[in-house]
Amino acid sequence: MKRTLLAFAGSLVLAAALPALAQKKYDSGASDTEIKIGNTNPYSGPASAYGVIGKSIAAYLKMVNEKGGVNGRKINWISYDDGYSPPKTVEMARKLVEQDQVLFLYQTLGTPSNTAIQKYMNAHKVPQLHVATGASKWNDPKHYFWTMGWQPNYQDEAKVYAKHILDTKPDAKIAVLYQNDDYGKDYLQGFEEGLGAKKNMIVARASYEVSEPTVDSQILQLKASGANVFFNITTPKFAAQAIRAAYDSGWKPVHYLNNVSSSIGAVFTPAGLEKSAGVITTEYLKDPTSKAAANDPALRDFIAFMKKYYPDGDIADRSAIYGYTVAQALVQVLKQCGDNLTRENVMKQAAAMKGFRIDTLLSGITVTTGPDDYAPLQAVQLQRFNGKEYELFGKVISTDQ
Amino acid sequence: MSKKMVTVTLFLLLVIACALPFVLTSYRTFQATLVLVYAIALLGLNILTGYNGQISLGHGAFYAIGAYCAAILMDQAGVPYWGTIPIAAAVCLLVGFLFGLPALRLEGLYLALATFALAVSMPPILKSHLLDKWTGGVQGIVIMKPDPPAFLGAIGIKLNADQWLYFFSLAIAIVAFVIGWNLISGRVGRALIAIRDHHTAAEAMGIHTALYKSLAFGVSAMYTGVAGALGAIAVQFVAPDSFTVFLSITFLVGIVVGGLASLAGALYGALFIQFVPNIADELSKAAPWAVFGVFLIGSVYLMPTGVAGALRSLRARLGSGKLFPLSKEETVP
Repeated sequence: MKRTLLAFAGSLVLAAALPALAQKKYDSGASDTEIKIGNTNPYSGPASAYGVIGKSIAAYLKMVNEKGGVNGRKINWISYDDGYSPPKTVEMARKLVEQDQVLFLYQTLGTPSNTAIQKYMNAHKVPQLHVATGASKWNDPKHYFWTMGWQPNYQDEAKVYAKHILDTKPDAKIAVLYQNDDYGKDYLQGFEEGLGAKKNMIVARASYEVSEPTVDSQILQLKASGANVFFNITTPKFAAQAIRAAYDSGWKPVHYLNNVSSSIGAVFTPAGLEKSAGVITTEYLKDPTSKAAANDPALRDFIAFMKKYYPDGDIADRSAIYGYTVAQALVQVLKQCGDNLTRENVMKQAAAMKGFRIDTLLSGITVTTGPDDYAPLQAVQLQRFNGKEYELFGKVISTDQ
Repeated sequence: MSKKMVTVTLFLLLVIACALPFVLTSYRTFQATLVLVYAIALLGLNILTGYNGQISLGHGAFYAIGAYCAAILMDQAGVPYWGTIPIAAAVCLLVGFLFGLPALRLEGLYLALATFALAVSMPPILKSHLLDKWTGGVQGIVIMKPDPPAFLGAIGIKLNADQWLYFFSLAIAIVAFVIGWNLISGRVGRALIAIRDHHTAAEAMGIHTALYKSLAFGVSAMYTGVAGALGAIAVQFVAPDSFTVFLSITFLVGIVVGGLASLAGALYGALFIQFVPNIADELSKAAPWAVFGVFLIGSVYLMPTGVAGALRSLRARLGSGKLFPLSKEETVP
């Protein structure tokens, strides 16, 4: 009896001790006081405008640390400049993993840069989480368990346009203009998949090379096809040309423009604001410069944050609110990890976000992932340019299965 | 320095170079490999610019050709990594020689502009739709990192991939420097320098200037191409965005800071272009290149003949027992 009691007491102690042991698990980069997270951003070079994202995330994490960190741990954000040069990204990623011993990499920016380090990160089993690129290849957990995307990708976005066309204009005749590279083809593939069996609604396709001076002849060719819907897969300079050429030729299709070229300043102003009226595109982030901002507590918080923690930043720069938003997803992943800060658990928790809401996303859009779903944001809302600013319309459209 | 001292110094350097990967972390070993790669590229550019006086702002393009040669051969043809080096060398020698022929008519700044055009056009050519079957377009090509050969394991030497790649690069760098030294210190080197110093006089002495100048271009491109191939294998990835015009300018910065017309200068320059941008980034996130600029201006002012030149005069002063610059009266014999 005594022995049974002893054994019973012993097992009780063990049972109490086991979860305590199981509670705290660390890989390199995590400890009781600190979590080290690595990042590369182009703070210099041709794409340095995107460096605002890295700075905005750093500012947000500074605020988090001032308020006590995550689960009592301070976040040590180590971000290096890679100048948007892939070899430099490889060097910096290795420095972060091997020298600085970070727990994982977060929001590394650029499609070529992330391609360059993907094999390395997966071979070393270090998470490459929420990468900042629109390519659809980051959603491939079978082959790349340790790499996860973030924003709505090109294919998903194209599917949203396809869905809207099928819903509103089932008898449409569609013309597509696309840039002849991976980005353009990524969009086109998503668009065709979105139309599915109705793929033959596309009556004309035209492509252009980045080296071509204009797309005028392609527009005339597409107009001649008699199409009444136009899907415009172009980068800003060509988008402006296409909008202007279509308007000047008297072609008046329903005009869908990819999010890549949704900037009013860089696209609609050079094309002519009145010529751009009616163009439809997508968005998933709130606009802090809109009239509605004054009444939205989320945007008021964002503006207060910018004033206090990132005073040199420009509120109108979309990269600022982008960084502020994605940083909240990072904090959420860490919160979910609790005291189990292993690399494997980071991926597990990142792949277990169910309807997580960030208030700077358009209302109705949430972050959802799963073990087979490495595309966190898959919903966007359509918006139409009225000649002065964007007006959101319709419901949030999700392509999440 | 006496010949004996040179031998001792070189031997010590070799010992240190061989010991490095065993004391450094993998990441630092990788950086050391990149230094060797840049040193080979800078040696190539130095033969052209330092010894022959032809300014090139386009060596990043040859580096890119070498890198793509290695990547395409490994990716599409299954050529082993070591087999890509001689092929990249041959291709770049040919391309450099051919580019050197029309470039013969161009002098100084005009040549700089022509080579600049080559560097500017390289990324769009690599992205071109006509070539993307081989080059992978904007996405580039990912290649596998070579493992150390099996025979090393069999004789009990255990190296990881980074260490092996370092030794592989070191061996190629040594070969490259020995060939470079032979080239420069002999008849060819004297001809190159004579052309640089006085074109007409060199011709009057019977030097075939056209041939030597295009040859210098070819050999220089070959060195840079070999470096490009090695660099691609070390980084395991090539993409058009890796080879912007900035790379070419970086090379030029490297040879000027390291020391024009100096073999050792290539190594100093490589250390500079590898490590100074990183230091600048750590000093200032907001304006890393402004910090880099300060370093650059500082080194040009303090060492107008490059690191190699500064070390040379330091040695001369130490040898004469005078640390401080000679006064005017003393320099006049």
